[in-house]
Amino acid sequence: MARLLELEDVHAQYGQVRVLHGVSLAVEEGQVVSVLGPNGAGKTTTLRAVSGVVKTSGSIVFDGRKVGRSPERAARLGVAHVPEGRGTFSELTVWENLRLGAYTVRHADFERALDHFPWLARRRNQAAGTLSGGEQQMLALARALMARPRLLLLDEPSLGLAPIVVGEIFEIVRKLNEDEGLTVLVVEQNANIALDNSEHAYVLEAGRVALHGTSTDLRKDESVRRSYLGY
Amino acid sequence: MLFTASDVAQQVVSGLSTGGVYASLALALVLIYRSTGVINFAQGEMATFTTFIAWSLMHHMSYWPAFLLTCLIAFGGGVALERTVIRPVENASVLTIVIVTLGLALVFNGASAWIWGAEVRSFKSPFSTRPIHVAGVAFSIQDLGIIAVSLVLVVLLGLLFRFTKLGLALRAAATNPAESRLVGIRVGWMLALGWGLAAVLGAVSGMMAAPLVFLDPNMMVAILLYAFAAAILGGLDSPIGAVVGGLTFGVALNLISAYWNFVGGTLKLPVGLTVILLVLLVRPQGLLGRRVVRRV
Repeated sequence: MARLLELEDVHAQYGQVRVLHGVSLAVEEGQVVSVLGPNGAGKTTTLRAVSGVVKTSGSIVFDGRKVGRSPERAARLGVAHVPEGRGTFSELTVWENLRLGAYTVRHADFERALDHFPWLARRRNQAAGTLSGGEQQMLALARALMARPRLLLLDEPSLGLAPIVVGEIFEIVRKLNEDEGLTVLVVEQNANIALDNSEHAYVLEAGRVALHGTSTDLRKDESVRRSYLGY
Repeated sequence: MLFTASDVAQQVVSGLSTGGVYASLALALVLIYRSTGVINFAQGEMATFTTFIAWSLMHHMSYWPAFLLTCLIAFGGGVALERTVIRPVENASVLTIVIVTLGLALVFNGASAWIWGAEVRSFKSPFSTRPIHVAGVAFSIQDLGIIAVSLVLVVLLGLLFRFTKLGLALRAAATNPAESRLVGIRVGWMLALGWGLAAVLGAVSGMMAAPLVFLDPNMMVAILLYAFAAAILGGLDSPIGAVVGGLTFGVALNLISAYWNFVGGTLKLPVGLTVILLVLLVRPQGLLGRRVVRRV
């Protein structure tokens, strides 16, 4: 398996506040990798580092090329980032959101998005901001697919959603991974669902990787069980 | 004072033509306001400057080639201005950017006077001032021409924003810059293109206004105030509002000054200011703007 994304000793800060203190992690092509950890551990910042929203030092290599300098570049190279809080264009229609998702590619391929989210066709002229939270999360996912990404960065897809909707969303992510080989790096507060749906996981604490391994191994780990799984 | 239907119709049409001038400039203000949250106080002086460029070009070529060339120059100039002057203060406070645009206004005003002199000049109109009679009403061809040019401009912009990928990216960059970058839109360039388009709108409004009010370095000062009034009336964040506001304001101002002797020509400017004040007091979001609700 080829290594699609590799972070080595990545440091990041917002102003004077240092958030990442040397994070190293790797994602193999075709894998789903999850990042767990408490609030403020730097999970979101790790994703933002990959897409270049936050300035970093250290090395971030995607598919043999350096990324992490600008989001535009990451998008062009095939990284689709679904940010925390959905990041849909709320004033624009569902269809316009999808068109924007395909901004970096020559031909917009609506078929793939509609395969996974057929209801989008019926709501195409509705403003994205008027969709429910779950629908917006799905729209954000659909929009990310429009660019035919090689790596999907998913930030807290379960945030504020009902468990049944969270289940549906992870179901779709799993299908994308299994049927289409999409590589996914997902940040989650909900450790249970994240470990259920990933092969490999990293636990971040205070801006450092505290632990990593296969999801099965992490499930068995005493400290992970107590801190994140709650039993 | 005449108060016949045909006279009113005539006043309405001539109001629509000045309204078209206000609408174009108001639209320029709205374009920049939507993407940067700042009023470009230099918009009027930029328009005057480009109108002077058109005036110079018209000594070497006929009207419409000069018109198009001026639009191109204005576009390039607007883009260059954003890249060089506005970009460095992009992340500064609103007040800083406002001061920069005020400074730009002075620079352009001074430059116009320095290059072309302060005297008042006549400016060619592509349309004859001859009236045409429709159903007993005399319309001036010039008024109809100005209305047509403004309409064409607005429709072209509407098509750009509504149906092209670039237009969609321009709208996205204006409302959600962070998300736009994540889908690969070069937001910085979109802002620059916005300035370019605004400069073109200003140039057209200047070239349409110049035959009516004559060309001098202060030509657009009053028109910019009316454009402010129009933009605020329509809602500062609504492009359609700017057009509706501009036309409404043009017609209203024309009717008021024609039929209310007390106002006449001299009190037009205070009427503009009164409109701004009243709208801000009664309906701050304007006719078609969105009310911003801040949740704390």
